Amino acid sequence: MDHDTGGASTLSTKIVVNGTPQELTHDVRMTLLDALRDHLGVTSAKKGCDHGQCGACTVLVDGRRVVSCLSLTASLDGSEVVTAEGLGTPDDLSDLQQAFVDRDGLQCGYCTPGQVCSAQAMLAEVASGMPSHVTDPSALADPDVAVELSDAEIRERMSGNLCRCGAYVNIVAAIRDTAAQRAAAAGSAEERP
Amino acid sequence: MKPFTYERATSVADALRRTAGATQDGASAAYLAGGTNLVDHLRLGIREADRLIDVSHLDLTEVTELDDGTVRIGALARNADVAAHPLVRRRFPVVSAAMLAGASGQLRNMATMGGNLLQRTRCVYFQDLSTPCNKREPGSGCSAIEGFGTYNALIGASDACVAVHPSDLCVALAALDVTVVVEGPLGERRIDFGDLHRLPGDRPDQDTTLERSELITALEIAGPGFADRSRYRKLRERASYAFATVSVAAALDVRDGQIDDVRIGLGGVAHKPYRARRAEDALRGGPATHEAYAAAIATELEQARPGPDNAYKILQLQRAVPAVLDALTEAA
Repeated sequence: MDHDTGGASTLSTKIVVNGTPQELTHDVRMTLLDALRDHLGVTSAKKGCDHGQCGACTVLVDGRRVVSCLSLTASLDGSEVVTAEGLGTPDDLSDLQQAFVDRDGLQCGYCTPGQVCSAQAMLAEVASGMPSHVTDPSALADPDVAVELSDAEIRERMSGNLCRCGAYVNIVAAIRDTAAQRAAAAGSAEERP
Repeated sequence: MKPFTYERATSVADALRRTAGATQDGASAAYLAGGTNLVDHLRLGIREADRLIDVSHLDLTEVTELDDGTVRIGALARNADVAAHPLVRRRFPVVSAAMLAGASGQLRNMATMGGNLLQRTRCVYFQDLSTPCNKREPGSGCSAIEGFGTYNALIGASDACVAVHPSDLCVALAALDVTVVVEGPLGERRIDFGDLHRLPGDRPDQDTTLERSELITALEIAGPGFADRSRYRKLRERASYAFATVSVAAALDVRDGQIDDVRIGLGGVAHKPYRARRAEDALRGGPATHEAYAAAIATELEQARPGPDNAYKILQLQRAVPAVLDALTEAA
């Protein structure tokens, strides 16, 4: 498919946001973050630094966490985007969102949607065996060794999401709880006949 | 952000054709891959382009092992995927380790291998449009030489520029036998990794030896075969998600207490990913001891020209390089 502006400064992009197909006609310079907030009314993704340094704008694109402030909408034609609203709603929170509430893993809450999206993807990355900077070198060099989700692993993997209010400890606890609950649920499912 | 047009390339040939077309029109073109550096620079006004040619959808993402054992990595493979790839982890764990030390999970999901090679310095004056910078605007002057010098280069800097290369991946690649495969108007060109990046001289605006329209299509890592006995250590001001003050990638082959071969790549030291050849030469054939490692890095650092703000990097290297080689010696 030829997807270009042919010299024009606007173009049309189709993306699916939280399960809803959207077609945007937009300035070619528009980032995904601005498309979500200013054109689609999806305001959970927050504008913090707008330079990819704070993680408040983290969303999932085709299942992977990215910073939406450095993602050009034009480049995402055909992609599926999930924000914190897409993980759960106030009436029907996801397990991870509920764990953030239970553990008080937020203070002002501004960075929380990005933290939740990042944590959701991070747990999937661990489950798929991706190593991190704190993974033991011998395990790093042996892909058959499973990654243990220690607090150090959670902290390292969440380090792209900055919180200025000091809620780090409770965020780690919320993620740890969710990982344990999911592991228990998977275990009991396996035990069923 | 200055206005530009957006074009999605459908093949490498199409990307090159579009770049040639822009040049004929007197327009500037930029390739967009992961965008983690470029989009930021376009927004800040550090970089301007009339035409953005999106190559991020091209089919250059495979990681394969060639018949001779060389690992070939498509230039558009994402950093996160390559760092986690079983082939890379088994054969070149130092490459995985270096990438995992860089940026954040989000950025590693976006950034590409080719783009990582082309990321630009984080020198604070390069990022600050209100100050002179020869790298950003040739001939305007260098604010870092007499200014905030904490992160300045130790080796190979010039009167025009004292900035360092920011990549972690490139430090690991500098220690290995790597070929960068590029496509240009005249066809394929193969560049030894050590020849890709430049020291600043009087043209610090030119980071690499790539021609304007050339597109990196792959990296090929051939060896050495002892890269499984390799480590990456990064020193930085916080535990994660920060650029290195200095970093060390080393690989060591010891037989009967003698060093058969050794490779040392250093980050945070120079305008390019730096290979410590003097230290390597001093060590090859000699004893695998802490004293030898300390003497070798001292030999390398004889050419260092630190200022008052970055002399701490000398101390960091004098401790980190022997420590990494000691760890590899114990593991051998």
